[in-house]
Amino acid sequence: MLHEITLTVNGEQRTVAVKSHHTLLKVLREQLGITSPKIGCENGECGACTVLMNGKAVNSCLVLAVEADGAVIETVENLSKEGELHPLQQAFVEHNAIQCGFCTPGMIMSAKGLLDRNPHPTVDEVKEALAGNLCRCTGYIRIVDAVMDVAKKGDA
Amino acid sequence: MAGRVETTEPVGKSVPRIDAYEKVTGAVQYVDDIPFGPNLLYGKFVRSPYAHALIKSINTSKALALPGVKAVVTGKEVPNRIGLYLKDRFVFPLDRVRWIGEPVAGVIAINEEIAEEAAKLVEVEYEELPAVFDPREAIKPDAPLIHPDLGKYEVVPFIFPEPGTNISEHFKLRKGDVDSAWSQCAAIVEDDFFVPQIQHVPIEPHCAVARWDKDGTVTLWAASQSPFAQRDLIAQSLDIPHGNLRVIAPYVGGGFGGKAGVSIEANVVAMSRAVPGYPVKVRMTREEEFLGTNVRQSCAAHYKIGCDKDGNLLAYECQYYFGGGAYNEYGVNITRAAGYSCTGPYDVPNVKGDSYCVYTNTQVGSAMRGFGMPEIHWGLEQMMDRLAEKIGMDKAEFRRRNCVRPGDKILTGMTMPQVDLVKCIDLVTKAINWDKKDKPSAPHKKRGKGIAIMWKAPAMPPNPGSQAIVRFNEDASVNVFVGGQEIGQGTFTVMAQMAAETLGVPYEWVRITANPVDTKYSPYEWQTVASRLTWSMGNAVKAAAEDARQKILQVVAEYWKEDPKDLDIKNGVVVSYKSEREQSLKKMVVYGLPNENYEGWQGGPIVGSGKFMPTYVTGLDPETGQGTRAVVHYTVGAQAVDIEVDTETGQIEVLKIASAYDVGKAINPDLVMTQIEGGAVHGLSAAYEGFYFDERGKLINNSLVDYKIATVMDIPKEIHGDIVETPLEDGPWGARGVGEHVMVQTAPAIANAISDAVGVRINTLPLSAEKVYLAMMKK
Repeated sequence: MLHEITLTVNGEQRTVAVKSHHTLLKVLREQLGITSPKIGCENGECGACTVLMNGKAVNSCLVLAVEADGAVIETVENLSKEGELHPLQQAFVEHNAIQCGFCTPGMIMSAKGLLDRNPHPTVDEVKEALAGNLCRCTGYIRIVDAVMDVAKKGDA
Repeated sequence: MAGRVETTEPVGKSVPRIDAYEKVTGAVQYVDDIPFGPNLLYGKFVRSPYAHALIKSINTSKALALPGVKAVVTGKEVPNRIGLYLKDRFVFPLDRVRWIGEPVAGVIAINEEIAEEAAKLVEVEYEELPAVFDPREAIKPDAPLIHPDLGKYEVVPFIFPEPGTNISEHFKLRKGDVDSAWSQCAAIVEDDFFVPQIQHVPIEPHCAVARWDKDGTVTLWAASQSPFAQRDLIAQSLDIPHGNLRVIAPYVGGGFGGKAGVSIEANVVAMSRAVPGYPVKVRMTREEEFLGTNVRQSCAAHYKIGCDKDGNLLAYECQYYFGGGAYNEYGVNITRAAGYSCTGPYDVPNVKGDSYCVYTNTQVGSAMRGFGMPEIHWGLEQMMDRLAEKIGMDKAEFRRRNCVRPGDKILTGMTMPQVDLVKCIDLVTKAINWDKKDKPSAPHKKRGKGIAIMWKAPAMPPNPGSQAIVRFNEDASVNVFVGGQEIGQGTFTVMAQMAAETLGVPYEWVRITANPVDTKYSPYEWQTVASRLTWSMGNAVKAAAEDARQKILQVVAEYWKEDPKDLDIKNGVVVSYKSEREQSLKKMVVYGLPNENYEGWQGGPIVGSGKFMPTYVTGLDPETGQGTRAVVHYTVGAQAVDIEVDTETGQIEVLKIASAYDVGKAINPDLVMTQIEGGAVHGLSAAYEGFYFDERGKLINNSLVDYKIATVMDIPKEIHGDIVETPLEDGPWGARGVGEHVMVQTAPAIANAISDAVGVRINTLPLSAEKVYLAMMKK
């Protein structure tokens, strides 16, 4: 069965007809062409599909598309403005907090979710916020450093 | 690029990653992100429920009757064998399945849901056979024979299968006389160790899309470390002319060896032949990633090692039994690598080593970061500790005394190339305050320190090649074409640095044209494996850039009527040291330069090409493993860890990991550090990882819930890294690879620290708090 839903994705209002059992991740990727949220496990375990839903970091593979009706969704595509990287993106670049890049969009969105509600977190708070985002390449150190760097500057 | 920074002479500088911007903005397209439009079909595999069985019949009629199903492909459509070193598998099996999860057929439908439904409707009749899972069981004479046709398989000349057994490779190393050396030993240790199968767990699951066009051209889009090797193997297996098969491989979302060689890709190409003109996508679920793609082999090892009273190693005997899984087409070479490096980084006068690759009814063992070395260092680095304990020598000192040094005739008879392992040991012991015993954080906790050293050669055929093309644009920006893959290690950045340095242009002027790698347009690259790109592809890029540079100098020299030897390129400008004239590269690198009064032109679009292939690796004697040069070179390193063990729970907390690796030359020091850090955490994580099977051979922990990898909560408080730079004779600027090495000896370093802290030895991976606790109870 199809349901018509309307959601705001990266500032644009979009109306799409979605199947009952399709996830927000699937609709973002396949119907709206937004591919930064990645399919890593479809089970809420890896965090590669993390987006902000009404300002809160969620695994978009665990959200049914129909639940996102009326919601405001933000993905990493929305962060850089007029060629300027968002401070988190800039910090990831400067700290070499990226290797293969597959976890990076989800990682940045989890970090943004944290900093938006808690601009000056402790290291432990950063780790807690990122605990659901798996990275197999970097060993996480640079990622935590990058987020802490932004938190210290307080310009997120 | 953001900003207007220009970095001249970038080799040795920590310039930012060339791929960073597109990766933080979400612009990067991995295979699964490429749009194929509504024509895209989806494939699903039908998988074997038996570890070992004969296929009696396959009935596809019910599946084909489901609306939306386009085709079902089985083994009889693809009757040729495939394999890198040993052609031991069919794309889909013809008459026999060999592990629970083996793809038996491929179903194609208009969407994933229908494909999944149809896969359940394919009826396969099996006759179950006895199965064997442990390599120690599989070598017994009465073990079920997994490949009765082993003697008929095509095999490369340096691999030695034993038909009539489950042994797909037996590498023998014989040096000196071990048997008579034991009597001279003051101390001997002997024991068994075991390493289970583990998985790479890239965050990007395997994904491939194939389209078989009606004119016979075939395109494969794959998450791949090996687009050229895949083209070669799939072309041979499916009888496609190489020039008709195009493999397109964009950025890889984590490889670690799991996307090397061929795993699902040949199946997807074979499936696409049934639906000409339609792209067919197959993406592994996380469960399938564990169940059906390549894994690291298990390894059962037996060691007997002896030294004299002063701690000089005298004799080393080992048997390695690698559990190679159902097909060993790639794994045989891991076993060979473990054989010719069987002593680890030690100089031992008498060696008897036997390394066996053994078929088992489990997932296919294949390349994984370190390629045989983590498996053998797990035991051997603990044994070295025990030997040092036995003669009462400091464990770091024992390693300093016995480790390989340049000029040594190592176990294969090869002369050890330039490396400085002693310096690596010195650096990590200093970084970890080796001689100081630190206080634990609580009375029920105990602190311990451990050290482990390693070596690893790029394990590959003797002659894998690299090719590169350097091409200028009008504004003197440069496109460097390569066929190696960016899998996160930073190779595109390093290649850009090397090209810029050679050409005399700023780093920021260079673009790497390799995303995607496209076998139709990209220069040849054997595979992105073995930590070989910085060295091999780097040499090719350097040669291509030098070729382009010479062509530019030639043109300008003729223009100025000077000798090219007096000219140089600095910061994008040709300069003459003789006449002090200057000529910008802009425009002239494409349009050339006019003669006086525009009486004609000279030059033209500048393009340089270069290649590299090692030519000096020799064969080894099949009975002794002796030869002039077994491998191209070795990278060596040391690691020391500081841990705390909770005596009430067995919980281990790794407080610090200190690493030092001899990389020859750090082209980009900070990127080397990111490998050192990421590799250490991968090594730490892998120490706790392992496959668990039920009695029928079914994988139990086939999800990220049950197969845990390290999260940000698990990392050590501190990771320290030191870079040692002893130039490699034929490395670009002296560089050698370091991508794999850092995870090789983390597990044994931790095991040695556990022993230091609480006095127990763990011989079987994975580590766990329970295992440590029970060992302490038993003591």
